[in-house]
Amino acid sequence: VNRRTRARLLPLLGLAFVLSSCAQVGVRDGVLDSFDARGPIAEDLAGLFWLVFWIATAVFVLVQGGLLYTLFRFREKRDDPAEPKQFEGSPVLEVIWTVIPVVILAAIAVPTVERVFKYTECAPDAMHVNVIGHQWWFEYYYPDHDIWTANELVIPAGREVCLTMTSGDVIHNYWAPKLNGKRYLIPGEDTLLLLESFPLAEGVASEEFHVHCAEFCGLSHARMRARVIAVTDAGFADWVVGQQTDAVEPSTDLEVEGLALFGEKGCSACHVIRGVNDDVVDNTVVIGPELTHFASRGSFAGSTLELSDPDALRMWLADPPTWKPGSFMPNLGLTADEIDALDAYLRSLR
Amino acid sequence: MATTEAPRTRGTTPAPTIFRRPASTEGFWGWVTTTDHKKIGIMYGYTAFVFFIIGGIEALLLRVQLAVPDNDFLSAAEYNAMFTMHATTMIFLFVMPMAAAFFNYLLPLMLGARDVAFPRMNAVSFWIFLFGSIFLTSSFFFATSGPPVGGSLPGGAEFASRLGSGPNGGWFGYAPNSLERFSTGTALDYWSIGLQVVGVSSLISAVNFIVTILNLRAPGMTLLRMPVFVWMTFVVAFLLLFSLPIIAVALFMIMFDRQFGTIFFDAAAGGDPVLWQHLFWLFGHPEVYILILPAMGLVSEVLPTFSRKPLFGYAAVVFAGAAIGFLGFGVWAHHMFASGITPVAQAAFGLATMTIAVPTGIKIFNWLGTMWGGKIRFSTPMLFAIGFVSLFVIGGLSGVTHSVVPSNWQQTDTYYIVGHFHYVLFGGAVFGLFAGLYYYFPMLTGRMFSEKLGKLHFWLMFIGMNLTFGPMHWLGMQGMPRRTWVWYAEQGLAFWNSVVTVGAFVIAASVAVFMVNWVVSKRRGPRTPFDPWDARTLEWMIPLPPPVYNWAKIPTVHTLDEFWHRKYDEDDDGRAVRRPDHHEVLVALEYEGRNPEAEIELPSPSYFPALVGLGIMFLAYGVIYLDSGFGFALVAIGAVAILGSFVGWSVEPVEEPHAHHDDHELLESGDHV
Repeated sequence: VNRRTRARLLPLLGLAFVLSSCAQVGVRDGVLDSFDARGPIAEDLAGLFWLVFWIATAVFVLVQGGLLYTLFRFREKRDDPAEPKQFEGSPVLEVIWTVIPVVILAAIAVPTVERVFKYTECAPDAMHVNVIGHQWWFEYYYPDHDIWTANELVIPAGREVCLTMTSGDVIHNYWAPKLNGKRYLIPGEDTLLLLESFPLAEGVASEEFHVHCAEFCGLSHARMRARVIAVTDAGFADWVVGQQTDAVEPSTDLEVEGLALFGEKGCSACHVIRGVNDDVVDNTVVIGPELTHFASRGSFAGSTLELSDPDALRMWLADPPTWKPGSFMPNLGLTADEIDALDAYLRSLR
Repeated sequence: MATTEAPRTRGTTPAPTIFRRPASTEGFWGWVTTTDHKKIGIMYGYTAFVFFIIGGIEALLLRVQLAVPDNDFLSAAEYNAMFTMHATTMIFLFVMPMAAAFFNYLLPLMLGARDVAFPRMNAVSFWIFLFGSIFLTSSFFFATSGPPVGGSLPGGAEFASRLGSGPNGGWFGYAPNSLERFSTGTALDYWSIGLQVVGVSSLISAVNFIVTILNLRAPGMTLLRMPVFVWMTFVVAFLLLFSLPIIAVALFMIMFDRQFGTIFFDAAAGGDPVLWQHLFWLFGHPEVYILILPAMGLVSEVLPTFSRKPLFGYAAVVFAGAAIGFLGFGVWAHHMFASGITPVAQAAFGLATMTIAVPTGIKIFNWLGTMWGGKIRFSTPMLFAIGFVSLFVIGGLSGVTHSVVPSNWQQTDTYYIVGHFHYVLFGGAVFGLFAGLYYYFPMLTGRMFSEKLGKLHFWLMFIGMNLTFGPMHWLGMQGMPRRTWVWYAEQGLAFWNSVVTVGAFVIAASVAVFMVNWVVSKRRGPRTPFDPWDARTLEWMIPLPPPVYNWAKIPTVHTLDEFWHRKYDEDDDGRAVRRPDHHEVLVALEYEGRNPEAEIELPSPSYFPALVGLGIMFLAYGVIYLDSGFGFALVAIGAVAILGSFVGWSVEPVEEPHAHHDDHELLESGDHV
């Protein structure tokens, strides 16, 4: 490549980079994109962000423009013997550039304070769910319906849901960016978080939102995710009824074997399956997610694995700590046959 | 005079004791025993730079891991150790000691003094820092890090790999994750004790600098004639003095929780984990200004020199710096807006945070005002200073968006924050420090660096820094939480993550250019003339590199920018005019600087500061292994070394008797207070 071609190539490459960057800025396909607000609270927060963003952009352009202009205009020129005037300051200017930022900040402060108070109290008609953080999964308890579940929070779309959150071990942070900002889950304390999705469009049965733990919570923090599933009111009523029933009986030989292994291999010491071992343990003492309706959920292992993936559950059962280092579910030393049986049984728990 | 360590009182022959002060100031032992603030500054600088490289390598490993989704380049434990130690190293072992290098080297030169107030204490703070940082970093060789109690690691391993056994609780070490039940092994003991040791070092320096500034100013240098860098040092020293005890207490509490079974932060036993957050950030936010104010001071020296104009609004810049330091103590809970603190607290801390933008803005506008109407020469130090101003504006503006509390609920704990504080700490602090390194390179070495390589360094670093930290804002808002060892493809972040990783390597390349420039220019660069930048302030009135005694004759100060006014007058328009005796002034200053009229008394070297530092390192290792006899032995060795040094320190003679012992008149010429 000769010099001239290279000289033409560089700006072209730069332009290509800038263009592809611009194309990327508008992309909204990320499952945790906070700009892609899917509920009234998140929309309000995004609106506030953009308001401040454009004010900041205006300041940015003025200051950087001023800087560039100063650098260009007052650059040292060849053979210019004149020395600059030695002025040392201007009290008038000092006052001006103190007052202007104060005014701008005051303008930003008003909507800020207003929203702080707006989103830290639950509406009286809100639906309540308790959230308990664990290393590394979220547990939910619906006090009005006496339902325990994990990872996937099912809520009625278009209704305010009030989460009362705490932690069983270290500090976690519940972040469903398309519905609201973050709130910590702190051991020994209760914190509140409001979630609300937009009502579903006609003919849509449910909408799924991704959640990520946002506070560093130990080894497998990166594998602590969750989902919020917003459903229609009718869908929610059906879901409640489904969750309140006991687990289905195993129907095939493989599933029967899986149920037996659930007891033999020690799974039942940490997980509750109602109708199987809830007479000896309950969710206030166990350390793993309730599995009664395991297969009614689309994801597992802190919502990091999909049940629709035929191999994911087998991989998980074979060696949990490899997927989630530090995991409280140990490698149980299961054989391939045992894994098949447990896989079949767990998938039957709808 | 009473406040200075008394090397200058003399006349009686000290009684010979078993403790002798080292005689030589040359060679290896010359460095180990030195009490010369310039040598101590140089040692601070090189040590800090080594840690800059270590912290940088950690950053590159992080970026390789995050370049693609679900990467397995690093394990979870290794990634967590990398981000913890990247931050810990860059903050405590690079930026703070690099700033200390400038404080040490420049403060007496700018004040017109021969050394700091307490030369041996100055040495001790360096040695404690050095051994403390070696101790902290040695965790990668000696520490262990296991799963939480009841959990298991891949392959049933008891502990993570060597690399994964560094401290891994985050530089913020949130309890209860940092307690023993959740962070098993010794990694976090290394972290909490190591930071404690390094903190002691900074605390000692802070006291030393405050006393130096208040007492050792040259005749005529009133407080408002001090260079802005000295002012910023003064503010930083007070910030250190008031904030370090807070983190010291917090670190002791966590150390006691881990080692001796207390329950300060253990919620399960009735402790309060949020208390840790309050204590940590009550230190942690002033710490941010501890990192940035020295750079602001350096930039305030560089901009006027290369604009050939005085700093615009000197008093405003000084008071804005003090205001930033003051307000910095009242905003800590803005790190905790998601922690469920009451709405009243959220509103109050949000508003308090906004107010910091005002003094910061004042500084920015005054720097612009300094350049306006000037005659701007784009030398490398100036480029870095301009880069500082430009990048700091971006970091400041994104900082204002954090103070909007409801927006903060989305931003906090995402890469948006990572982007913001790297604009402030890399675009700000690091660019400011590089401006200072280039600006003072001729003073340090007596030679000139290569402008060509310097400019290449600047542009690579400027581009690399924007490629690395700019896209992080988008990454954060588009759903990339911090401190996650993997991210997943559905997050849709592939493009920006790969750009960021490329940017990190561009920065690495720029640092390599800097190192080449430094090493080659130090050996073969052209000799610099006296006053190479046509500078304005006192420290350039001495020969380069400065003689060991700094000032052959202590200068008398008549005005701010003393040096400039000895070289230039002003015409009726207020334009600078070279004085007719300009050349003679410079020649006389250089001659005078090299030829003191009488022998100058300087603080003697001492063995004990280094020995204290070494002893503290033994003590630190000992505390970690206290459950074995080995640990007790280490504690005993450390205690003997420290206590023995204290005794030696107290009774060692002020100086060894030598030939010129009776020059009483020196007391007058050397006494400048």
